[in-house]
Amino acid sequence: MAVREAEPVGSLQEVKEAGLDREDLLGIYRHMLITRGIEERGHILYRQGKIPGSFYTGRGNEGAAVGVATAMGPNDVGTPLHRDMGVHITRGVEPWRIIAQYMGREGGPTRGRDGNVHMAVPELGLHPMVSHLPAMLPVAVGMALAFKIRGDRRVALGWFGEGSAARGDAHEGMNMAGVRQLPVVFICDNNQWAYSTPTYLGYPIEHIADRAAAYGFDGVVVDGTDVLAVYREAKAAIEKARQGGGPTLIECLTLRMEGHAVHDDAFYVPKEMFEQWAAQDPIERFRTWLRSNADLTDDEEDQITSVVKRLLNDALERAEESPLPDPAGLEQGVFASAEDLDTPHHK
Amino acid sequence: MPELTYIQAISDGLRQEMRRDQRVFVLGQDVGVYGGAFKVTLGFQEEFGPWRVLDTPLSETAIVGGATGAALMGLRPVAEMQFADFISCAWDHLVTVAAKQFFRGRTPVPIVVRLPSGGGFSGGPFHSQNPESSFAHIPGLKIVCPATPHDAKGLLATSIEDPNPVLYFEHKHLYRRIKGEVPEERYTIPFGQARVHREGDDAVVVTWGAMVHTASDAADQLAGEGFEVEVLDLRTLIPWDKARVLESVRRCSKVLVLHEDTRTGGFGGEIAATVAEEAFEDLDAPVMRVAAPDTPVPFSPGLEKAFLPQVEDVVKSLQELAAY
Repeated sequence: MAVREAEPVGSLQEVKEAGLDREDLLGIYRHMLITRGIEERGHILYRQGKIPGSFYTGRGNEGAAVGVATAMGPNDVGTPLHRDMGVHITRGVEPWRIIAQYMGREGGPTRGRDGNVHMAVPELGLHPMVSHLPAMLPVAVGMALAFKIRGDRRVALGWFGEGSAARGDAHEGMNMAGVRQLPVVFICDNNQWAYSTPTYLGYPIEHIADRAAAYGFDGVVVDGTDVLAVYREAKAAIEKARQGGGPTLIECLTLRMEGHAVHDDAFYVPKEMFEQWAAQDPIERFRTWLRSNADLTDDEEDQITSVVKRLLNDALERAEESPLPDPAGLEQGVFASAEDLDTPHHK
Repeated sequence: MPELTYIQAISDGLRQEMRRDQRVFVLGQDVGVYGGAFKVTLGFQEEFGPWRVLDTPLSETAIVGGATGAALMGLRPVAEMQFADFISCAWDHLVTVAAKQFFRGRTPVPIVVRLPSGGGFSGGPFHSQNPESSFAHIPGLKIVCPATPHDAKGLLATSIEDPNPVLYFEHKHLYRRIKGEVPEERYTIPFGQARVHREGDDAVVVTWGAMVHTASDAADQLAGEGFEVEVLDLRTLIPWDKARVLESVRRCSKVLVLHEDTRTGGFGGEIAATVAEEAFEDLDAPVMRVAAPDTPVPFSPGLEKAFLPQVEDVVKSLQELAAY
């Protein structure tokens, strides 16, 4: 059985029909640059010993992450993972808070209680992942259940990888979402390597998206390096879910361009594979598209690049000013109090 | 004041919360059309509809994970495990997600998981367990173990109101065995406040759940021997009423910790250690424990009786304390 394989995006006209104007396109480009920039800065800081623990990047996944997040509505929610920095950036998390998070500072979204990409800003509709993948899928399904019960026209997005697709949480979450036709979209970041495990040792079918049929909803495979194709597919799935059309499983195919984490040199990934996917780097691919389809000029490019550079410089400075959390406060905040429920969505 | 069974009190309490607060909904296997394996939600679907009394697939992970997601979006889910034993399938969602989400992300997870627990009717190894101590060890979870119909209703209301994940252990052997007066109006019972089930000054039995009644029967027997035993019902394990336990220890000077869960790593060890740390000088005898032996819960009635702490086991230990 063949699942639908999405076409690449062609002309500016096609993109406009998908709901993006030129400003949006430049915004997408900027978000992709910030995403990569923040992870490159993080990598340097890690090597300088300024980031404790481990460090993960999503190099190669910027298009998939930014494309999906751009398609989300303002009140939609999601549970992005460690290759999805672009989701945080697109939803508006301030870069300095991300670097503060990396450094275990009070200014990070988890205030030093958790590290690296284990973070999210709930006010922006994002909820922090846990290491046990894909535990957040059933949680996203529960968010969608809340929307369905209340009749909210909101959609939940749950991310997972092709590796964690092997775990039961993926099955239970998708099955319940299918049974109840909940407004949820499942995004599979298929970067072809679960740490050192290749796809053929992770699942026995051609596409993860093939599984959608087993749960009674649509599946689609999209080239995750084509940010606009990802956007188009995510937009269609999100709006379908919003209209009561039930879930969709979108598989974004990319290659993890670095190791599982920075300690891992990914020696097990064939060199040709890296070369092949480097040739379709999502940022370079989109830049080229913008130049030939949306008349991106040298001046515009320089301007965007310098804005991003300044933003990241400021972010680093501000993150380093953020204090380390006070150990005296460690035992506070394990349990919530009634006042903590005093948020717009808990009322 | 009407007299209700323990299970009626849970059912009435839950219905009252659902009438009072539109955000409260129940989800679980067979909770809707069938009314729940033990009929706690019988008739609920007719009153509240299929989306607030949600029959789920056989998916503990999706039930608890789903409850967490719904709670993050502002609802007040009450998830039912058909038997407390099955919570093992949703361990990750309680321990990895729900328990830690507020600490990490400052987002409260107000969920209640109802857990029909305990043995006494040949349920065997997978329908009889008391896994409260496993979860008491996880920072971020609250543990409630009512022993009476009055507490069952009041503690359920508090559990639903609480902004944290609450594990509500309802003892199956109490469901239809225990009756008591339960106010019709809504009330809550604060967590972390022990209840004196029976007064006495010569020794204190610290316990919870069904064992409160076992302890009480044992204490009645000893009263004939002129040895008055206080039975202190903790009602909640997280938080637990340390101050009240220490007060009783200081007054009685002899303490027995009793639980139906197995001995090693049971919550009784935590109580005994605390007593040793903080009231050592007040003790006239070593802290004693009566608990189930370290085996799976056996099926055959004679074996199960040997497994579950019996009144005579408690009497024997209390007599040892009396003689010390």
